[in-house]
Amino acid sequence: MTLGLINANPVVHAKKERVARSEDPHADDAVDPLEIYDHVRDIRDPEHPYSLEQLSVLSEESITVDEKLGRILIMFTPTIQHCSMVTVIGLCLREKLKDCFPPHFKVDIKVAPGSHADEESVNKQLNDKERVAAALENPNLRQLVDECLYSSEL
Amino acid sequence: MESHDGEWSLNELQKLEGHTDRVWSVAWNPATGVAGVPPVLASCSGDKTVRVWEQNPSSSSWFCKAVLDETHTRTVRSCAWSPSGKLLATGSFDATTAIWENVGGDFECVSTLEGHENEVKSVCWNASGSLLATCGRDRSVWIWEVLPGNEFECASVLQGHTQDVKMVQWHPTMDILFSCSYDNTVKIWAEDGDDDWHCVQTLNEANGGHTSTVWALSFNPAGDKVVTCSDDLTIKIWGTDSRKMMSGDGYVPWNHLCTLSGYHDRTIFSVHWSREGIIASGAADDAVRFFVESKDGSVDGPSYKMILRNEKAHDMDVNSVRWSPGENRFLASASDDGTVKIWELVPVI
Repeated sequence: MTLGLINANPVVHAKKERVARSEDPHADDAVDPLEIYDHVRDIRDPEHPYSLEQLSVLSEESITVDEKLGRILIMFTPTIQHCSMVTVIGLCLREKLKDCFPPHFKVDIKVAPGSHADEESVNKQLNDKERVAAALENPNLRQLVDECLYSSEL
Repeated sequence: MESHDGEWSLNELQKLEGHTDRVWSVAWNPATGVAGVPPVLASCSGDKTVRVWEQNPSSSSWFCKAVLDETHTRTVRSCAWSPSGKLLATGSFDATTAIWENVGGDFECVSTLEGHENEVKSVCWNASGSLLATCGRDRSVWIWEVLPGNEFECASVLQGHTQDVKMVQWHPTMDILFSCSYDNTVKIWAEDGDDDWHCVQTLNEANGGHTSTVWALSFNPAGDKVVTCSDDLTIKIWGTDSRKMMSGDGYVPWNHLCTLSGYHDRTIFSVHWSREGIIASGAADDAVRFFVESKDGSVDGPSYKMILRNEKAHDMDVNSVRWSPGENRFLASASDDGTVKIWELVPVI
């Protein structure tokens, strides 16, 4: 029984078919939004045994890259308006992506507009790098993040 | 006040490598870099250590003199030397503040201050070295009294900020404390003569203040102006009537003088005002910028102009910029790229 979960009955979608991406040795510096998506689509939701993709928290459209400015924007959609796991999802995204692109790239993570009751306050917390760094040093949060990142293939 | 009207250049003197994680802060030892004493700099990092660097006088190159480790169990976020240069305070995400003393070339942790409920974000000594202020994510600001024998006693716990407090800075000459926070405000704290500290003013959006987290603040040498920087992408200058302030006749408020916007497109983490009046900023776009008061200021108040931007000062975010206390234009910067850089700002003739 799913007792105590904030959103006990999430809508689960089928996994989207994976397209094999070609290995282009000359594209080392290019940051491909679809490649980034591949890195994060299978992150497990903190509350449910499904991936962020399956719960439509993330989709290919979630990721936008501005190569010229060196910016990556990830917009995700929490399953419900009062989701309290948004900050954990943000931590998972940052931790998973930390070595995935050149160091000068900046990553901004936000909830999709209108998708959360405390949108502004959540977005502020998700992008305060000092708060993110401290959270990832917290053993309890760290363990939860690791479970989301490293649980076995679904 | 700098008199050079032409161009400036920022020369990288050296890159200090050694930390194995991002470097959050740097602090120059105020008793060094003068009177033939080689300059000394401390840096603190996500690698849980503090490094002390010294410049070799004959070669002019910097080397790591000491690594202060095995004390903090989490990120060391802030470091500050006492005015005498004899003690170094370090604030950590492990919720403690450590006090270090140089004992015959080795740095020893002589005291550990506990009290904050969670991450300590900033430490600062007052001008006389008799008080130490700390602040953190628990929203509080602590004032500690420095007693003989490296003893520290909590003098006051200041509540008022409604969120994470990012930095504390004492006024350069008076025992007035400024703090800035994730709650978008700057608070000013003073003592009423009875050892009772309280908030005497809050600089918020209503009085021309910031609209997002205020990360840092710095006083001008005269102590009648303060610069603040924020996640709202602006730098703001505030001022007070210094003559009234010095006369000690009750509290004299600070007012917004000027906002510098359009110069930064990502969070500004650090600002520092030099002896000569040059404001350095370090930001999340990897750049370091310099501002001075413009002579075109109107009757409405001073205006400032940017005299230089070094776009790729570091490979990643610049977390801290600090002018050297010596008779030079040396600047130290700390970055997410794990390095500290020593720069010299030179006029181009």
